Amino acid sequence: MKFLCVECDQQMAFGERQLPGDGTLAATFKCPKCGRVVAMLTNPMETQLVSSLGVEIGGRTVPAQPFEMVNTYVTASPAWSADAQERLARVPSFVRGMVKKIYGDYAKEHGITEITPAVMDTARTELGLEGM
Amino acid sequence: MRTYHQLTDPDRSGLADQIGAQRKRVAERLAGVRRIVAVMSGKGGVGKSYVTAHLGRGFARAGRRVGVVDADLNGPTIPGLLQVAQTAESPAIGIDGVKCISMGQFLDEGSPLAFKGPSAESFVWRGAMEASALREFLGDVEWGDLDVLLLDLPPGMQRYIELCDILGNPPAVLTVTIPTPESRDAVRRAMRAAVERGSALLGIVENMVGGELRGTAGDDLAKEFGVPVLARIPWHPMPDTWNQLAAAL
Repeated sequence: MKFLCVECDQQMAFGERQLPGDGTLAATFKCPKCGRVVAMLTNPMETQLVSSLGVEIGGRTVPAQPFEMVNTYVTASPAWSADAQERLARVPSFVRGMVKKIYGDYAKEHGITEITPAVMDTARTELGLEGM
Repeated sequence: MRTYHQLTDPDRSGLADQIGAQRKRVAERLAGVRRIVAVMSGKGGVGKSYVTAHLGRGFARAGRRVGVVDADLNGPTIPGLLQVAQTAESPAIGIDGVKCISMGQFLDEGSPLAFKGPSAESFVWRGAMEASALREFLGDVEWGDLDVLLLDLPPGMQRYIELCDILGNPPAVLTVTIPTPESRDAVRRAMRAAVERGSALLGIVENMVGGELRGTAGDDLAKEFGVPVLARIPWHPMPDTWNQLAAAL
């Protein structure tokens, strides 16, 4: 991946990489001639796609660690506390699987390892799932 | 406006170099492995993992140093077949001293394989994640010197193709089928794909022979591809069955 300052016909130099923590990535590039700086911004899906290759935009700053990807990205499904399971059991059976997946996805996206009634309440409010 | 190749300064990210370093790491790690054999089939449920695990044990009983990579990341069964407790050790040591690595070692009991990441459009990146996991299984495990490394592949061809890319060379292939014509037709496609990729076909293992499953898949495929039927595995095989298969390889 290279960036060209069209006006100066100069290859831009990599500046810095930022990971804001919301799954996105920002990388800056600067034209060595005119000093113009541009930022490449990737959405979570694009960032994830690059990460999944085990490479880093801007180059590696530390050597790859053993099982880096597996240890970083493989995640167990969140556990359900007993009272959360009880509450889930009250959901009509024909939609229970879908509801379970919605809460499971919410937990995974938020790094939550155990789904409790409090987590369900928060998710329900944030996702607009009143009644589930 | 100039194009990519006309810009001569190096790409600071060096993505190609990073990928190259990954390949080199795999090659270095597998330098002590004399032989790599992919156990595959175009069909699910024919007993690939069962054959792989018991073949590995057969090799080990014959005094060979053997490792198994459970490349079925979504349905890992090798730890159970080799009686490996859930452990972060890599490689884990299974029954008869067979070394192995499996996604089952990284997952909670009964949990499906899931990756952290945006759930929307996950199909875009999930395949790449799985390929990276396979690469780490090959390149990050201290295999040491092995006489043979068996790779238990899931149904379908995707993991085999990834494996060819990661290794740089297509591995030798041992094909598993059951006797039925349905299995024969599915396995034929896989064998053709393996031949097209340049894999050497070592032979065929016909599994689940002598029961309700009728057909001549093993013989049909052997004739068509000019390879031997190395073993016909009955429903209740004895250790000798696997010892003989190991000796035939």
